[in-house]
Formats: sequence, C-alpha cells, structure tokens
Amino acid sequence: MPCAQTQQTMDDILARHRTLEGPLLPILHSVQAEFGFIPEDVVQIIADALNITRAEVHGVITFYHDFRSAPAGRHVVKICRAEACQAVGGTAISERAFEKLGIGWHGTTANGAVTLEPVYCLGLCACGPAAMVDGKVVGRVDATKLDKLLAVVQTGAGA
Amino acid sequence: MKIYVPLDSAAKALGADEVADAIATEAARRGMDVEIIRNGTRGMIWLEPLVEVETPQGRVGYGPVEADDVPLLLDGKLASLGLVEQLDWMKGQTRLTFQRCGVIDPLSLQDYEAHGGLVGLRRAIGMPAADIVEEVTTSGLRGRGGAGFPTGIKWNTVLGADGPQKYIVCNADEGDSGTFADRMIMEGDPFTLIEGMVIAGLAVEATKGYVYLRSEYPDAIEIMEKAVVLARAAGVLGPDVLGCGRAFDMEIRVGAGAYVCGEETSLLNSLEGKRGVVRAKPPLPALEGFLGRPTVVNNVISLATVPVILEKGAQHYADFGLGRSKGTIPIQIAGNVRHGGLYETAFGMPLGVLVDIVAGGTLSGRPVKAVQVGGPLGAYMPREKFDTPFGYEEFDGQGGLIGHAGLVVFDDTADMRDMARFAMEFCAVESCGKCTPCRIGAVRGVETIDRIGQGDTDAIALLEDLCETMKDGSLCALGGFTPYPVLSALHGFPHDFDVKTEAAE
Ligand SMILES: Cc1cc2nc3c(=O)[nH]c(=O)nc-3n(C[C@H](O)[C@H](O)[C@H](O)COP(=O)(O)O)c2cc1C
Ligand code: SF4
Repeated sequence: MPCAQTQQTMDDILARHRTLEGPLLPILHSVQAEFGFIPEDVVQIIADALNITRAEVHGVITFYHDFRSAPAGRHVVKICRAEACQAVGGTAISERAFEKLGIGWHGTTANGAVTLEPVYCLGLCACGPAAMVDGKVVGRVDATKLDKLLAVVQTGAGA
Repeated sequence: MKIYVPLDSAAKALGADEVADAIATEAARRGMDVEIIRNGTRGMIWLEPLVEVETPQGRVGYGPVEADDVPLLLDGKLASLGLVEQLDWMKGQTRLTFQRCGVIDPLSLQDYEAHGGLVGLRRAIGMPAADIVEEVTTSGLRGRGGAGFPTGIKWNTVLGADGPQKYIVCNADEGDSGTFADRMIMEGDPFTLIEGMVIAGLAVEATKGYVYLRSEYPDAIEIMEKAVVLARAAGVLGPDVLGCGRAFDMEIRVGAGAYVCGEETSLLNSLEGKRGVVRAKPPLPALEGFLGRPTVVNNVISLATVPVILEKGAQHYADFGLGRSKGTIPIQIAGNVRHGGLYETAFGMPLGVLVDIVAGGTLSGRPVKAVQVGGPLGAYMPREKFDTPFGYEEFDGQGGLIGHAGLVVFDDTADMRDMARFAMEFCAVESCGKCTPCRIGAVRGVETIDRIGQGDTDAIALLEDLCETMKDGSLCALGGFTPYPVLSALHGFPHDFDVKTEAAE
C-alpha cells in the first residue's frame, strides 16, 4: 500500500490530467518530476485511474528511456553520443567522464552525487560535443570544460 | 539602446545567458538605458553568442561575445562583424520559413505581426477549406520530416475523411543527429508553427492540435508552452480563431526519449499513452490516426512553412527549387565544420558547395572524409558524390536521402567501420522491437562488424546479407534504412574495413 502522502500526491497529479486525451505520458512525466523516479507503488494507482492493466502501465514505463525505476543521483549529467558530436571528439569526452567519475553509462557515483547518461542528440549539433547538466545545455565541451563541470556537480551543494 | 542576445539553446550552451546578465549588470552600473531583447538565433552558430546592437543603419553584430567583453561592447569599442544582414551567410540565403527567426522577440505577437505574421492565416480564413489545401498542393511543399510526401495530398485525404473529431499532430521529435531546424524555429519563432497548425486545422476541418516535442529540448518546450498561452489570450487559438467563427486549439506534449517515436505511427501510439511501437500501414494515419480518427501528422518545418506559402502565394514558393523539390530547405550544417548552423536556400545547391564553401570545410582544418546526410539513417557521402544537388530525387539517385536536411561532416580521422558499428548499435538501442530483422538483426550487425574488425573477411559478405534482410524485412525505416549508413560506409570506404594493414603494424 502506498503511504498517505504518496496517495495524496497521486490524487493531485491524476486530477490535473483527468481531461486530457491520452493522459499516460503526461502523468508519468509529472510523477517523475514529483518523486524523481516512478515508484513501484504508483503503478496500480495509475492503472486503476485509467482503467488499464498494471502490465500496460509497466510496459509503457519500461519502453521509454526517460522513465527511471530508481532515484537518480543529485545531479544528472547527459553527454551526447550521436554522430555530430562524435565528429568533434564526443567519444573522448564520454570516456573522460567515465574515468573521472569511475562509472559508466547509467551509473551513479558511490556518493550519490552524479548520474551519467547517454543522450542521442540535444540539437546542439553545430556546437558539439554537447552535454546537459540538470537540464542546462552546454556546448563545445572539451576536457577543461568537462573537468570544471564535473567538479561542480561532484562537490556542489546538493541538488 | 536596444541589444539583442539570443535565447536559442545553442547560444545558451555557449554562454548567452551569462552575456545577457553581464550586459544588464554593467548597464545598470553605468546608469545606461539598455533594453535587452532575447531573440532566436540567426543560425550562425559559430558566432554565438551573437550579440546585436540596434543602430540607425541596422543591427550591428558582435560575436562570439563572452561576458568579459561586455564593458568594451558598451563602450562601443568591441570589434564588430558589421551589419548582420550583410554577412555572407545571411545574404546567401533565401529565408522564407525562417524569415523572422533571430529577428524578432519570439514571444511578442506584436513583433510577429509587424514582420508579416498572421497574414497567411488571415488569408486562409477567407478561403474555403479545399482552396487552402489546393494552395499547399500547388506550392509543391513536401514533408520535411524525411519521407518527402506531398503535404497538400496528405491534407486532402484528411479533408475528405469523416470523423467526429480530426486532429493536426505536429511531429517535433527531431531525433536525427545533425538536425536542429525544428528546435530553432520553436525557440526563435514559435508563432509561425502555431499559425501553420491553425491553417492546417482550417484546411482539413480539424479543431484540435498536438505538438509532440522531444524531452531533450526543455527550452523549446518552455517557449512553445508560453507561446500557446499567448496565442490563446490573443484569440489566435480558441473557440473563435481571430473572430472567424471556427475553432482551433492545441497542446504541447512531451516525448520520453525514444527515437522511434519520431516515426508517425509510433508517435501516435505514444501520444495515446501507449508504448511507442510502430503500427502497420494501412490504415493511414490520415484516415485512422490519433485515437483512430483522421489525423494530419506533419513535421515542424512542413507546418511552419505553410504561413509563408499562404502569405506570399503558392507560386512564389514553387518558383524556388529544383525539379520535384520545390521551395526552400533549411539545411543544418553540423559536426566537424568551421561554420556550422542553419542555412535556408532553394533546393539544388550541390553538397560540395555547402560543405566546402558555405561551411568553410572542417573545424579541425583536416580534409573532409565523409558527410552523413539525413540523420542516423542517412548515407555517408564521400567526396566523389559532392556534386549531388540537394534534392529528394537527386540524393535518392546516389543511394542516399536528404531526410530532415542535416549534414554531419567528418574529417579524415573518422573511422568508418566505427560509424557503421554505431549505426547498428543505435538501431539496436532504439528498435521498437516489432520486427525481427531490426530487433535481432541490429544486434547481429554489431557483432558482425566486430568480427570484421578482428580480421574475419568472410564476415563482410555476411554483413551485406544481413543488410539486405533488414531492408526487406523491416516495417519502418529504422530497421529498413540502417543499412544506408552501414553499406555506404562499407562501399565508400572499404579500406576502413580492411584490417590486414592494421594487424601487420
Ligand atoms: C525511425 C523514424 C524516425 C522518424 N523521426 C522523425 C522525426 O523526428 N521528425 C519528423 O518530423 N519525422 C520523423 N520521421 C518521419 C515520420 O514518420 C513522418 O514521415 C513525418 O512526421 C511526416 O511529416 P512530414 O510529411 O511533414 O514530413 C521518422 C521516421 C522514422 C521511420
Ligand atoms: S523496423 Fe524496427 S523500429 Fe521499425 S517497426 Fe520494425 S522493429 Fe520497430
């Protein structure tokens, strides 16, 4: 059973999306914005509200790269892996990030500070290599820029 | 004094917000009266942040500007680029779709109207639906999302379809690497897209629209959402569009990081709240689309081009271009280039001119090795094919495609076997899972390319064979076109697949 707090949050989210056509993705985005991930115990609540099965909700959550089943680190660093960034040394930037953080794609540092994720295109293809730190875009990432931004998120004052 | 500092995310990624802040702070310190306008980008990304100062002669550009340059800028002592409109990059273009992008304040409807906005919609309001469709058909506009299907013909199917509700769905999933035209116009001139969608609604008698916008574009999402609210408040959207008695309203919906959701039927499933699995066609989305109802699915640029077609007339648009590729195309130049950005020009410019002259060659200064045109499913074009004119049929004839018109340039350090491997890996990661040749084939493709890398030359024939199977046995272009980058790399750059020399070293 979800706790009363979770139930209340879900009631609010569901009420906000009640009139939408095709409300599931907007609901899941709101859930993730609220909780930082999609908690297991909200699946049934969503399924009941939309009159679909748990399996359907679960299928949707797992189909999309954006939805997490566990909380991310306090900061999320996304580095573009797509071709345009590769053409200007993007691969070396990702490898440097692996080394500096001691994690690979989808990993979170042991202290919970940083989660590293691949992204396939931020639309910054004329100023790559590109990255996104907590939703903020960064272009022309070179080794110096990367080290600086990793230093900030690793030691920075929480989220 | 009026100063323009772009809010486009490419400009922000290069420090535009810091520059805007520095200008505000320094101006306040000096007691100067400065109005900062956050415009879209002009598309000259190598100059971003490109700051423009309004003068009696016109807007003078400075760039790239750093926050530290601001005192000199306000002293009038920073070296300028001259009048922005007179720069070669700007003068060489035919800006129709992007006529206002970078010029106006994206969220000022007043500015929008002062620069030709809503003229097209007002004209459309006075026309019967079938005439609007006819106008778009006559313009020769073809889908800018990749497939190049004539927009007017699609609209005609939806106009002729019966349904309790019809929809306009804008595909703003822009997943192709090397493309950012959709993002740029949504951030720099969002009302153009809204106007295009309203016109589409009037043309096919749809009253509801959705923009399916990728989650990787948080800035574009924010601007589009604000623009919709403003358009609604001004009566451009709502139950009585500009007082014409007909309704059209729209919502912004955010994707969830799946490349395949750019495919129109997968997108519709996603919009309905389902897994983004591709649907078999028929039925066409035009007849059974969103929630099973008649739906126009069009790319951002297709829809954002409709206002200028209505404003200037179909023939004006159709007079540009080459053969069956009519009008202009916003070409996005990216990757390893000196001058990257968006260049809108009539169809027909040869690839080599775009790469060597417009883009000025590579950023690294090394020779160009290959250009991937049309995103991750597009072919790698070697220099031998650089005289190919930019057009749908012309690229098709060279075993390539123009897709959403992105060019990704690579210098001679690129390893084409790595790029072929990446294409297969990408397909494996992004496959919707419906067909075996795509879901399993792409995984086998990665393994086969690795075998080639280990010196197993027999695996080359296997790779060719696998690509044939993927081409023939895939439901959509993700599995079906992944062979384009793979085989073009293999055939155009066979030395990169020949590891005997490497092994001997
Ligand atoms: C795997 C895949 C991804 C696609 N991604 C996009 C996309 O991001 N944006 C887009 O407009 N079209 C995309 N398309 C093409 C759409 O299926 C469709 O043709 C297009 O949205 C129709 O609009 P248009 O006629 O205006 O081009 C994609 C197709 C495939 C097969
Ligand atoms: S080709 Fe791939 S992405 Fe396309 S429908 Fe088949 S499995 Fe899905």
